[in-house]
Amino acid sequence: MKKKRIATASLAGCFGCHMSLLDIDERIIDLMKVAEFDRSPLNDFKKFTRRCDIGLIEGGCCNEDNVHVLREFRKNCDVLVAVGQCAIMGGLPVMRNAIMHSDDPLRECLDEAYRASPKVMNPDNQIPNDPALPLLLDKVYTVVDVVKVDYQIPGCPPSGDVLWTALTALIKGEPPELDWALIKYD
Amino acid sequence: MEPSTYTQGIVQEACRRFGNDAHRMMDILWEVQDRLGCIDGQAMECIAAETGSYRVEVEGVVTFYAFFATTPQGQFIIRICEDIIDRHAGVEEIRAAFEKTLGIAVGQTTNDGLFSLHLTPCIGMCDQAPAVLINDLVVTGLTPGKVSKIVSTLKKSRNLNDIKPQSKGGLFKPGEGNNQHPLIRSMVKNNIRLAGEILLNTYSPEAGLAGALQQTPAEVVEMILASGLRGRGGAGFSTGRKWQMAAATEAEERYVICNADEGEPGTFKDRVLLTEKADLLFEGMTIAAYAVGARHGILYLRGEYRYLRPYLEHCLEERRKKGLLGANIGKTVGGQYDGEFDIRIQIGAGAYICGEESSLISSCEGRRGEPKNRPPYPVQSGYLGYPTVVNNVETLCNVPRILEKGISWFRSIGTSESAGTKLHSVSGDCSRPGIYELPMGCTVQELLDLAGAKDSACVQVGGASGDMIGRTEFGRRLCFEDLPTAGAFMSFTQTRNILEIVDYYMHFFIEESCGYCTPCRVGNVFMKKGLEKIIQGQGEPSDLEYLKDLGKTIIETSRCGLGHTSPKPILTSMKHFPLVYAALLKERPDGLQAGFNIQHALDESRIIAKRRSLIYDPDYSKSEKAD
Ligand SMILES: Cc1cc2nc3c(=O)[nH]c(=O)nc-3n(C[C@H](O)[C@H](O)[C@H](O)COP(=O)(O)O)c2cc1C
Ligand code: SF4
Repeated sequence: MKKKRIATASLAGCFGCHMSLLDIDERIIDLMKVAEFDRSPLNDFKKFTRRCDIGLIEGGCCNEDNVHVLREFRKNCDVLVAVGQCAIMGGLPVMRNAIMHSDDPLRECLDEAYRASPKVMNPDNQIPNDPALPLLLDKVYTVVDVVKVDYQIPGCPPSGDVLWTALTALIKGEPPELDWALIKYD
Repeated sequence: MEPSTYTQGIVQEACRRFGNDAHRMMDILWEVQDRLGCIDGQAMECIAAETGSYRVEVEGVVTFYAFFATTPQGQFIIRICEDIIDRHAGVEEIRAAFEKTLGIAVGQTTNDGLFSLHLTPCIGMCDQAPAVLINDLVVTGLTPGKVSKIVSTLKKSRNLNDIKPQSKGGLFKPGEGNNQHPLIRSMVKNNIRLAGEILLNTYSPEAGLAGALQQTPAEVVEMILASGLRGRGGAGFSTGRKWQMAAATEAEERYVICNADEGEPGTFKDRVLLTEKADLLFEGMTIAAYAVGARHGILYLRGEYRYLRPYLEHCLEERRKKGLLGANIGKTVGGQYDGEFDIRIQIGAGAYICGEESSLISSCEGRRGEPKNRPPYPVQSGYLGYPTVVNNVETLCNVPRILEKGISWFRSIGTSESAGTKLHSVSGDCSRPGIYELPMGCTVQELLDLAGAKDSACVQVGGASGDMIGRTEFGRRLCFEDLPTAGAFMSFTQTRNILEIVDYYMHFFIEESCGYCTPCRVGNVFMKKGLEKIIQGQGEPSDLEYLKDLGKTIIETSRCGLGHTSPKPILTSMKHFPLVYAALLKERPDGLQAGFNIQHALDESRIIAKRRSLIYDPDYSKSEKAD
């Protein structure tokens, strides 16, 4: 059987989902028998080398670069999977969307983060604005807000077992069936 | 005078009038607001102290109701009815005229403290739209010209009486019938287009009551049960069965409540019954009280109909004088019964949800108008925990007629499952809007013909929570077996935008949800967003599935009837007007979400960062050089 190509990316996430993928432990050897990684932080490939079978997205979109990467994934992957709470619902970053009753929520958010908050040490009183920094979006969008996804895998993060179960199914071309016990987190 | 003592004085007076009873909170709040112009923090503190409750409880009630204000309002509070029928009748121009002549936007108060301007859902005047409330005064059939006359008159005289209708001269003419009664004196029209045999016909006053008192209470219940009378307020529950259950519950007290909240958009038949048949209604309530063994009755009158209150109080007073209310009711009509019964009027304050019976009871108890968990049902544990019968105005008006004319007469009208007649409040695109009393089971088409709705393409049956149907369904019968209705009937021609109508109703439900259940509070917002996406041309075929699925979840998981019906405008229009939706849907093969607009999402950031996007502004480098 031809090996499946997998691409992964972490957008507005904490890399926790990626770390969790490593929790499949030595099963990674089995995984590598049936799959190989394309663009992914795991192998540090920055660009797609060719079309992929499966794309895994961690994190939602908080800046333009996230949107760009996500659209690239949608274009280049047959099956796109939103992995983890941030990708599916926005997670922690989406808390900034709660600044609603403001005329300028984004400015208020930046002020709070870099100037106003009592614990901030920022003698220059500057908000980071290097031209290399991607522009922030007006609010945080989930993966589903921006592109269509085929599957969502819940968890913060989904455990290594969940990811293993999901991946092995997807590699076989089947929809991932996750037992209730696997995705019951509390 | 120092304001706090002044406030305190007024609050104490108001509270004392209602026995410092927290259960009479609605009455206390109305009185305080009428005298102070609003119920501010100070007033809430005082009310809490006077009634032995906490400030947060009082505030919870005040902020629940649209008609109570916590900040000072103008002497004249203008509430523009923004219902869809009023929109079609040009309410936007009316709103613009008010905003222009007053120099304020909706939600604001003029600097001189004279006027406040608000929007409000259906005020029950769809057959004479566009309409507004100015304090308790209803003004109908408005034009921008009349708006400026109203405003200039009120500015000059500062007296609402100067715009009340007058038979000679004056800005407005009074309506027909009892609308001319000195205690009503309103320009509201009854527009009774067709009086049927039961409700709008002449009848022998108190004959039904006399007939009831000659039987035992159980026999009266039996008779109502056998008549097949079913509730006219929406759910169509057997009235006799309801009474039977209330009578069967052991209790020291029982209550009979008449639901005159009439909040369903497009419904105004109860208003006409209250205006023309108040005695018939009170007779019906008295019979109900006799049948179930209640000593107390409450008429829950929506705040929008407060202009009817002086007249209704007068009718009650007359009945007390005649011995038809109070002690020894039986003696007056020649019977043996020496029981007592009296009715008080409870005024609502602008909350659609208070039409739902358990919310209505909460509201009567002086609480936020939130539905209660069921069971126990109101017939088991209702007002203050006592067995309570809640019936619609129209239901109760049928009762004396059944006792007067008998079961077989009543059953001979209508259909086998739906005995009697039904009042229809007809509005929208038709030449004869108004009230039609027809036997149960008449078809939609028959009613459309009667109302002169020639090119109707769509009818909203039963109001926002009812069904939106198209031409192929016009043969359906208006009765419980086929197409049940609480009485609203709005006709729309081909020229009307169906999705605009649906969108407005979703807005209505979002505003009126009490917020207790997440599926209703949040789900309806998502439903509306999904619809907006389609209206904006960004919808895809899969969005219909999403809406159906979400609608089903809301219906299945909400606590009360509001959530059980709120997805219906979308679901029934999708079913009956699939082409309207299909025309707007497009498949997007690129897998991107049409609703997401990256340029829009970056606008704010570009301004804050004072630079353009490296990825999404193709002329990025140019703009860099220019800077
Ligand atoms: C959101 C909502 C609003 C309602 N509004 C009214 C109303 O305005 N008038 C009314 O009579 N019933 C209304 N009802 C129905 C009442 O809950 C109740 O069924 C009715 O008053 C019972 O009287 P009936 O059996 O005589 O119809 C409403 C129900 C819901 C769920
Ligand atoms: S369904 Fe809606 S209106 Fe009814 S109780 Fe729940 S939140 Fe309140």
